Amino acid sequence: MQSVQSGKKPIRIKPGTVFMYVVLCGWALTTIYAMFWIVNNSFKLSRDVMNQSFAIAFEPVMDNYTNAFDRINIGKSYLNSLIMSGSTVLLVLLFGGLAAYVLSRFQFRGRRALFSILYASLLIPAFATVVPVYELVIKWGLVNTYLGLIFPQTAGNLTFAILVLAGYMATIPKELEEASFIDGCNRWTLFTKILFPISRPAFASAAIFVFLWSYNDLFSALIFVNKEAVRPIVALLSEISSQYGTDFGLMATAVSLTVVPVLIIYLFIQRFIEKGLTEGAVKG
Amino acid sequence: MMKGDRKYIVLFLLPAAAFLSIFLYYPFFKSMYLSFFRTKGFTTKTWVGFENYVRMFSDDLLGAATLNTLELMAYVIIFQVGIALMLAIFVDNITWGKGFFRMVFFFPVVISGTAIALLFVLFYNFQFGLLNTLLQNMGFDKVNWLSENMALKAVAIPTVWHYVGFYFVLFLTAMSKIPSDFYEAAKLEGITGIKKTFLLTIPLIMSDIKVVITLAITGTLKVFEFIFVLTRGQNDTEVLGTYMYKKALVDQNFGYGSTIAIYIVVFGVLLSLLANRLLKRDEISY
Repeated sequence: MQSVQSGKKPIRIKPGTVFMYVVLCGWALTTIYAMFWIVNNSFKLSRDVMNQSFAIAFEPVMDNYTNAFDRINIGKSYLNSLIMSGSTVLLVLLFGGLAAYVLSRFQFRGRRALFSILYASLLIPAFATVVPVYELVIKWGLVNTYLGLIFPQTAGNLTFAILVLAGYMATIPKELEEASFIDGCNRWTLFTKILFPISRPAFASAAIFVFLWSYNDLFSALIFVNKEAVRPIVALLSEISSQYGTDFGLMATAVSLTVVPVLIIYLFIQRFIEKGLTEGAVKG
Repeated sequence: MMKGDRKYIVLFLLPAAAFLSIFLYYPFFKSMYLSFFRTKGFTTKTWVGFENYVRMFSDDLLGAATLNTLELMAYVIIFQVGIALMLAIFVDNITWGKGFFRMVFFFPVVISGTAIALLFVLFYNFQFGLLNTLLQNMGFDKVNWLSENMALKAVAIPTVWHYVGFYFVLFLTAMSKIPSDFYEAAKLEGITGIKKTFLLTIPLIMSDIKVVITLAITGTLKVFEFIFVLTRGQNDTEVLGTYMYKKALVDQNFGYGSTIAIYIVVFGVLLSLLANRLLKRDEISY
């Protein structure tokens, strides 16, 4: 409709349009107000969170924040999350990128079969692999180490990344590769110097989703890295809900500390996410 | 095919293949294998044939978890996909603020489910939660949101809310790909407003709706953190994921836990096939 209407100059306000804006703003309010409420309450003492949860914290108290860092050591969990999710992203992009390169740019026997296997493996949820993986991780002494989470998560996200990256790389014209061959590139330099830079949007959106899924994955974290020294922020949050279920101020602070940095980063990289989704990446 | 390409094919595929084999394919088949054993932790393992599967079919708790998962799935398909579609249609039809709504609707998606669940712990708290405070301010009685007959619906709300934005963006993208001459032709025929939405927009994005419904089905089977954080599966909110976790990792019953995992996979495949069959339509290409 927008393309049809754009030609018209005078703005007529129709009741339908008003209704649409009311609904849209209503839904927007659920997301915005929820975030405001939680951040606002994180600056109040627990008893005020209980008694006056709607009041705006004009005199912010930092008690919850000092508690969060001193008592439950949220900073350490942050760091754990960043290290593990960051490494997962790097491994997925490197190995997934190489595999996607082969699958999209080479003609060889068994290529279609490999794609079918990849699509099929999208149907395997973590539940169906967790017990044997747990066994392996214990056997290799990786329980409660960073690698104990990085390895399973890398495998869990590889399929998605390969399909997204291969889909994107398949659209790059063949001539480009041929030209670089003549310039003396081998397959490896071709990947790093040509394919990777051109496919950067696909790599960016894959990186974002892999990071989010890894950062937000409570199930694996509970199983592979539940010790205080290595646990990521999601595991800490779930711990808080059972251990400090009555300390509302601390809970509000923990949620705020988890959510706000992600939201700020999101605001900066929003266009990459949209790009990834718009290029049909997620549809695989 | 260039000279020496075979070497690169193998070399480049190797790391990914190794990871997938060790941490995905091997464990998957091992799970199938384990489902035929009675286990005690990692120590004892006795072959019991189909005993676990027989047990599965008479396991009332698993039955309840299946029903709860299906109920949750119904909410997700009706409300999550429904609201996403409605919001996408609205945003597609407005001129001002598109970018703003896209940004704001998507942002719950980037937040971890665990954090959202914790947020809802604070909303639903009986004594001091946001909802009961609101009710009291308006002069109503407090409600026990996580009681037996409401808990699953209460858990469904954050579950639905979390991913509406994701499907919203997928729908909006699909709509933006519809060529504008379709709409111009429709306008000449006098098809506008709601009629246009139902006669043109929705049929034209049917294949995307199908993809989204399949994603919603497989996504619901993976629901874990909302239940784990909000109710721990109590008050009739156990779903397949949390039940599997309890059996396999809390009780350390790896054999039966694996049986449930296989059940989840089969259930998911069957449901996706069913959804695809029911939504079968001629694909429209333009």
